[in-house]
Amino acid sequence: MTPVSSKQYADDVSLLMVLIDTNPLFWSSTAAPLPFSKFLSQVLSFLNSILLLNQLNQVMVIATGLNSCDYIYDSSLGLTTQRVETLLQKLEEFVIKDEELNKDDSVDGIGSSLLSGSLSMALCYIQRVFRSGSLHPQPRILCMHGSQDGPGQYVAIMNSIFSAQRSMVPIDSCVIGSQHSAFLQQASYITGGVYLKPQQPDGLFQYLTTVFATDLHSRSFLQLPKPVGVDFRASCFCHKNTIDMGYICSVCLSIFCKHHKKCSTCGSAFGQPQTNVSTSNQKT
Amino acid sequence: MTDAQVVKRAKYKSSVKDPGLRGHKSSKEGANRPALLNLTQDQGNYIFEFENFSDREICRDFVAKAIAFSGEVGGPTSDKAVPQKDEQLSSAEMERRIKLLQEDIELQKLHKQFVIGDVLSETEFWATRKKLLDVNASRKAKQRVGLKSEMIFNVKPSSDGQSNRVTFNLTPEMIHQIFAEKPAVRQAYINFVPNKAAYVSQAAEDEELAVFLRQDAILANETRQKIRKVDPTLDMEADEGDDYTHIPGHGLANEDIKDELEAQYEPFKRSFLQDINRHAAVVLEGRTIDVETGDTRSVAEALASTKRVELAKEASDGNVLQDRIDRIVRMAEIEDLQAPRDPPVAPLCIKDPRDYFDSQQVNALNQLSGTRQMKSRLSTSEAYGSLRAHISEIRTTGFSDPIVRPEVAFQVFNSLTQNISSSKYQLGKNPHESILDTLPSVTKEELLLVSRLRDAMSKIYPKLQEIKESVQSDTRHQVSLLVQPMLQALDAAFAHYELDQQKRYAKGGEKPNGYA
Repeated sequence: MTPVSSKQYADDVSLLMVLIDTNPLFWSSTAAPLPFSKFLSQVLSFLNSILLLNQLNQVMVIATGLNSCDYIYDSSLGLTTQRVETLLQKLEEFVIKDEELNKDDSVDGIGSSLLSGSLSMALCYIQRVFRSGSLHPQPRILCMHGSQDGPGQYVAIMNSIFSAQRSMVPIDSCVIGSQHSAFLQQASYITGGVYLKPQQPDGLFQYLTTVFATDLHSRSFLQLPKPVGVDFRASCFCHKNTIDMGYICSVCLSIFCKHHKKCSTCGSAFGQPQTNVSTSNQKT
Repeated sequence: MTDAQVVKRAKYKSSVKDPGLRGHKSSKEGANRPALLNLTQDQGNYIFEFENFSDREICRDFVAKAIAFSGEVGGPTSDKAVPQKDEQLSSAEMERRIKLLQEDIELQKLHKQFVIGDVLSETEFWATRKKLLDVNASRKAKQRVGLKSEMIFNVKPSSDGQSNRVTFNLTPEMIHQIFAEKPAVRQAYINFVPNKAAYVSQAAEDEELAVFLRQDAILANETRQKIRKVDPTLDMEADEGDDYTHIPGHGLANEDIKDELEAQYEPFKRSFLQDINRHAAVVLEGRTIDVETGDTRSVAEALASTKRVELAKEASDGNVLQDRIDRIVRMAEIEDLQAPRDPPVAPLCIKDPRDYFDSQQVNALNQLSGTRQMKSRLSTSEAYGSLRAHISEIRTTGFSDPIVRPEVAFQVFNSLTQNISSSKYQLGKNPHESILDTLPSVTKEELLLVSRLRDAMSKIYPKLQEIKESVQSDTRHQVSLLVQPMLQALDAAFAHYELDQQKRYAKGGEKPNGYA
């Protein structure tokens, strides 16, 4: 296959990074609206459709597991005939590996998959594509997520979101689970992507082809679903609870729910809280 | 022997009654022949040699006239002559006649033939040619010889091989031009050259001095004057921009070559341009003074005085100030230069952060109930096993046909379209405005509705308060969570309404828009 940089790219060529949530606890719980096999078949058909839309389109699949993340499929490697087969093969291998990494048997609830890890891996790959030359398809990230938001990943996810915003890579979110994901809402809002929680999980393929198959150039002409409201609340750095009123370190802007003597992120000491004027400790 | 001198002498001599001239003879004209005038008197012959023929003609004319005069006075036989003593020949008239005769050789011949040959008298001769005289006079008055348009770069000094002296041969004409073009030189000349005579050579040396010393000051002055005269409403930039035909390459070629070289030559280019501009100005102005009058000193002073006169005229002219004021007023009216009256940006306002928490309610409920309900039916290892089972299921059975059932797909389409169109309206800026626009006749009713709505909404507050208090303490938090967005919505609505009211009263009540 000819290298990417030597081709002429039209406006609608896209590089799609699909992050699939493979949290087994989620897929085996009642929170999952459809069985994993149905979900996977619809996603794979969607990937085939994307590759059919344009000869130069590229697709990259990353699996988001409980304990690890990994690249599952890369369309630029060729293999048009055995595409699904290779993908499923690699996915199975990944699941086995992920299980081996699972040390702690007792997981609280359905746990949360490592979204921050897969976001970081996607952004790294995109950076590599950017540096390959001036001619490259327009990258975007599609996050198929169902697990809960892990509060411990708040900082890492926010960092990935800001770096995606800086690289102008939109993050689309398709939330399969029963609840909305605040992290993904913020991600889509900040990066200019689309956030959707399908009302009819049976028609997931239809949702995917109608909303998420649109390339970035065409989006300027289309009306895509917008979320009604975005939950912008931050999580405190000490307990990872979502808070709307708290304390902020004026040096590093870390958020705390309770008054601390010292900032745990940057180590700066806070002064005594005063009624009128605050010296180094600001109250929001 | 210049013309002027001949005339002067002629004027002087006209008082002489009888010079005793009897006749005159002149040698034939032609190149390489001396111009001789043979005057016969009672006493004898006098032969005069002239530098050129035109001078001789003048003398000859005068002599002829003198002879005619004397002949008239002396002898009654020359009755043909019209009484010329009645005619008052002014000196200007004389000059003109002489000039005409000089210029037109045919006329000269005729004149000689008729007047001097006593066929016609002077007045008769000139009477018919009055038109010529007048034309010539007017032509002379209007048309002046302009200045040469070539600039003085070809003033090459001649140098002796032996001594170190360099001599510039400057004609008065060139000196005039130098003084007109380089006011610095003129200034320096006036200042440094006190003595009239024999300082012409100084001018050449001073030229370089002055150029280096005074150039900038005088230039600055001149440009300041010119700037004051500039009409600010004229857009030079636009004009220049439009005139792409004179840009090298018609403005298309990429001009990023030779930047360093150009920067080096920038000061030279600038002074060169200034010189060209000044020369052009001088040439277009024409001769303000006559070159012939006087030597260099007077030329310099004359030029300086004319410039001063101009300045004085401008300064004392009261209209100048008025003009300037008018120009400033015109300038102030230029739209582009106006400062914006109202800032186009809205003043910074910190939105109510609670506006962002519209979905807070949903999330809060979710969080309360989420962790409890969401538990895996299987243990971790079992979960993994089921996942792998699903994967292998696809490998064996493949995709279902069709992937999505048509009716399901149709439903999805419908819901998406509805969702998108409804959210478009909800998230629009002023949805209620569009509705009110279509119903202009019912605005009064709307107003009434608005006031009723306000009353109803204000009653909700105490009701909510009652609800909060009636509930038990442990569930109060949840209830307050539910109630809070309602309160927010009410607050926002009232605030919005009040803002609209203010705007409406400020605008003078155009359109009732108080629907919150």
